[in-house]
Amino acid sequence: MLAYIIRRLLYAIPILVGVNFITFALFFVVNSPDDMARMQLGVKRVTPEAIERWKSDHGYDKPLFWNGKAAGASKVTDTIFYTKSVRMFVFDFGRADDGRDIAREIKMRAGPSLAVAVPVLILGLFAAISFALILVYFRATYLDAGGVVICVAMMSISSLFYIIGGQWLISKLWHLVPISGYGGLTEGRFLVLPVFVGVVAGVGANSRWYRTIFLEEITRDYVRTARAKGLAEGAVLFRHVLRNALIPVLTGVVVVIPTLFMGSLVIESFFGIPGLGSYTIDAINAQDFAVVRSMVFIGSVLYIVGLLLTDISYTLADPRIRFQR
Amino acid sequence: MSFQPVILPTDALLLLLLIALAFGAWWGRRQEHLRVGWAKVARRPTGMAAATLLTVFVIIGMLDSLHYRPQLPPEPGKPPAYAVEVLSVLDTLLRPLKVDTEKTYSAPLATHLYSKETVDEGGRELREFPRLKYGGARLGNDLAGYDRDIASLALEGLAGGLAASLVFAVVLRRWLRHRQIAWRSIVATLVVLSLLAGPVAMLATGYHVFGTDKVGQDVLYLALKSIRTGLVIGTLTTLIMLPAAVLLGIVAGYVGGWVDDVIQYLYTTLNSIPGVLLIAAAILMMQVVIANHAEWFTTSAERADARLLALCAILGVTSWTGLCRLLRGEALKLREMDYVQAARAFGVRPLTIMLRHLLPNVMHIVIISIVMDFSSLVLAEAVLSYINIGVDPNTISFGTMINAARMELAREPVVWWSLAAAFCFMFAMVLAANLFADVVRDAFDPRMT
Repeated sequence: MLAYIIRRLLYAIPILVGVNFITFALFFVVNSPDDMARMQLGVKRVTPEAIERWKSDHGYDKPLFWNGKAAGASKVTDTIFYTKSVRMFVFDFGRADDGRDIAREIKMRAGPSLAVAVPVLILGLFAAISFALILVYFRATYLDAGGVVICVAMMSISSLFYIIGGQWLISKLWHLVPISGYGGLTEGRFLVLPVFVGVVAGVGANSRWYRTIFLEEITRDYVRTARAKGLAEGAVLFRHVLRNALIPVLTGVVVVIPTLFMGSLVIESFFGIPGLGSYTIDAINAQDFAVVRSMVFIGSVLYIVGLLLTDISYTLADPRIRFQR
Repeated sequence: MSFQPVILPTDALLLLLLIALAFGAWWGRRQEHLRVGWAKVARRPTGMAAATLLTVFVIIGMLDSLHYRPQLPPEPGKPPAYAVEVLSVLDTLLRPLKVDTEKTYSAPLATHLYSKETVDEGGRELREFPRLKYGGARLGNDLAGYDRDIASLALEGLAGGLAASLVFAVVLRRWLRHRQIAWRSIVATLVVLSLLAGPVAMLATGYHVFGTDKVGQDVLYLALKSIRTGLVIGTLTTLIMLPAAVLLGIVAGYVGGWVDDVIQYLYTTLNSIPGVLLIAAAILMMQVVIANHAEWFTTSAERADARLLALCAILGVTSWTGLCRLLRGEALKLREMDYVQAARAFGVRPLTIMLRHLLPNVMHIVIISIVMDFSSLVLAEAVLSYINIGVDPNTISFGTMINAARMELAREPVVWWSLAAAFCFMFAMVLAANLFADVVRDAFDPRMT
């Protein structure tokens, strides 16, 4: 198992290198740093001096790949590619345009992101599985058909409407919880609405998916055996079907666990939660290239970790699967 | 009045898509397994109802894709000049809606503005709600006839809708009765649509049915214009990514070896970048390119269109990986099938095998994924536009509508009609797409019998 994990980790390296190259190409080859400077300073009436100053302030006043003027090893290290891209592998992200240390911001903001994302994941999983089980229990009845229609209808509503509707109904009309804001984990009332909206927004699509998984499982032989020995339908569902069907469900969930750190872009910015999602949105709106680049890199790392965890969790959940390859 | 036709890149691609669809239909008719699938779809009432609704949306979207620049009033001794503004056929059909703008917000069917203004009345300054310029203008200053006017317009519209429904019912029944098509659900959908559209259209001649937005534009007009943007994003993205996904997927699965490794590496790498962030990064870069090359675009419509197309391309780059992986898996399975083995034993060239034996047999996956992607892309557009990495702020889309309306939610009393209109149209479009996708998947997925 250890050998397998090590091999998978090694396999992740070329992918990360690829990600790094793609982002580098996107940010520096499609546009030169001069273009970025012009964009930042306003397109018109920009003097060449202003561009040079912006570039040297932000460390873009170097050659892309090869610095012929420098001496020794700094021929390679004193370039944009090295300082901006290669340094990311040791999680050195540099500074944002407003001068703050990106790594420190990320550490501070991961907490609030998790405070919303983890409850959304757990409660959402619970809600979707329960709903799907109810539908499967009443399968091939009008209740089931109606439930599927509700799921499809819920899937067809943009998440923006869930947020706006939730804020309007629960906070503005009923005055139950604050509309937005964040007060740390102790101030739970700020978290109620974002979590609730996050759960409701996802429950339609997830329940429908889980229902298909459960229905596929229910046609298996062992389920027929369970029924044949006289088990009640509830016992069949909970003790047999649910436990086996949880394998695809859980492995689908495991892959997103690491990316929870990134938070939800839309929910965080609507509810004013100072997490990584709203950090990313602010950076996009301020056209802060350094922050966006860092977030792309972190997101990819977390996704790869998620894939690795998925593979491991497969074997833990289902002993039939071995690490053969 | 003469005009100069303008073919924006997205218009051309939409046209190409229609041609591709027609070709696909012609080709698919001769493929037994595809014909069986579509025949199943045609027999399902939900599928046909959804398809009818989608067709209506497509017609509106296509009308909005025929662009032109009207000629300006000729000046003697000068060559004819054309307006800078690019119009579409839909704009011309809805001309009153487009031109009759109020000053600012007004509620649906209102006769007065939504905010008080200082009015000078006989030397005295009064704070009151000013009368709208166009909403209910036919009533003059006497508002006693308001209720009667609304009712009579609505009734006229209902009557028209009823007449249209009758025509639809009779014609479609004659045409489709003897075919195996769920024609009753088509007729029912058209009846509901015309009964809704009739009153709305009649009321729209005298009022703003869905109110007006911050700069006084008719919200109904905005909602109808948004349809094209949604369609473009939902379809062109797929069109752009489809060739790469199909080609790479089949080649990876069939050829195997290092080719497979390279292609797998490619899509794993792209997949591991979070989609939204990749889109954000790419759109940021596109903004820089567009801002630095203003000379490429002669009109603002062209610039907005370039951004829309760029968005489709980026969404395509992030979304082809899923389909590619599915196709690779399927090709891997198919290459061991007896008929492929036989073809290889006969010495058929690999390219021919892929084209003739693999491609037709993975078509069902392609069809399923096209229809399933559509709704999620339309939904994605709204979210991306909200984060400012979607369409150009000047492009009318569901996302920009929601975004503009969101700012006003803190107002008291709430300006709700923009959101309501965007919600209704978007919900109808996405729901129809989702239902259609479900039916198509049921019909084509061999696992579901």
